[in-house]
Amino acid sequence: MTTENLHAATNAVSITFQNTEDARPIVEAIEADNPHATVAHFPAMVKVDCPGRLTINAASVSERIGRDWDPQELHLSMISLSGNIDEDDDKFELAWN
Amino acid sequence: MNIEIKSESFTPRRSTFSHIARRYGEDRPASRYDEATLDVQATVNFHYRPLWAPEFEIFDTSRTAVVMDDWYAFSDPRQFYYATYNINRANMNAAADRAFEFVDDRDLVARIEPAWLDTVRHYLVPLRHYEWAADLNSLRVTDYGYGSRVTSAAMFAACDRLGMAQLLTRIGLVLDGNDEAGLERAREAWLGADDWQGIRHMVEDSLVVTDWYETFIAQYLAADGIIHPLVYGTFDDAGLDHGATAVSMMSEFMVDWMKDNARWVDALVEVAAKESAANAELISGWYRTWRDRAVEAAAPLATTVLGTSDAVQTIREGLDARAANLGLTA
Repeated sequence: MTTENLHAATNAVSITFQNTEDARPIVEAIEADNPHATVAHFPAMVKVDCPGRLTINAASVSERIGRDWDPQELHLSMISLSGNIDEDDDKFELAWN
Repeated sequence: MNIEIKSESFTPRRSTFSHIARRYGEDRPASRYDEATLDVQATVNFHYRPLWAPEFEIFDTSRTAVVMDDWYAFSDPRQFYYATYNINRANMNAAADRAFEFVDDRDLVARIEPAWLDTVRHYLVPLRHYEWAADLNSLRVTDYGYGSRVTSAAMFAACDRLGMAQLLTRIGLVLDGNDEAGLERAREAWLGADDWQGIRHMVEDSLVVTDWYETFIAQYLAADGIIHPLVYGTFDDAGLDHGATAVSMMSEFMVDWMKDNARWVDALVEVAAKESAANAELISGWYRTWRDRAVEAAAPLATTVLGTSDAVQTIREGLDARAANLGLTA
């Protein structure tokens, strides 16, 4: 099976970031807030997979970086994602409905 | 068609510097803030003692009576290092520039009631001397403080004070149509006006405190805790009824700064006060002394501007509550 088929079959969402300083607190926040998420490291990339739903909470990231973080800032570090997006000022969420 | 791109994956042998890994207890990636501040200051192998104070080492924990097991227990909640500090303040400065432009374009200074304009000149512009002294006090903390986390936060604050002194100078010039005579008048008020002498006396006494943590409390908790909310809060608010929107706009930097700066001040007070009962008692004593001086010093100026010094008591109550939250006895 190709990677895409595997994901559709398992109902997993994913988000991939550049392996940079800016993305590190985002990935840490995802790991802390989404217990079923798995993090895989590739050359210059970090891929986070999660069954069902993945939520990035602005408050979690803000806490880690010491200032108010706007969820839209993740676009500076994000390479790719998979899932339907639900976003507002407080969170960025991926899910298959 | 599925294209297989062969990639070679290799991981760095180490994730961070050895001294950082030692602190973490494991080798894992460190934040820029941690790498910029942890254990940067030397602690051993000083080649000579300061010639002007040979009873101390160059960096010496005994330059303060506050005792900490580890001064790096303090962490700046803003996690400022050189880049993030400069970006943050550059944004604030750009906002200030736009405010000055707006005031100039709309000629908002002309809308301030003439009597109130004189009041503003009297209560606001002399503060450039207060900020200058605050800069010196911050530099004392930077110079004699222990631990690069403490001293870097203090150095950033010192730069902020200088910036605010320059902003106040700029405001003074705008209020007087670019005539420097206004700055000279403010200096005369600082040196001779009755309602300023309490503040000046307090400031000059704070300049000669020898324990750097006491200087920190005197300046950053006590003096700023009373003067900033009074001037940029209460006085400024009163001015809005006298057409002084221009003043509010031009001094917004100071309001934003106070909120941001309080974060590291609170963190440093809290971490030291919660370390030991002895620390808490010592710091509380300093807080009470310098808060009383600030309250007493601010009262005449409040009376000049508002007709009464009641506002100072309200601000004092708020400050005491803040201090109590940090583990001090007000």
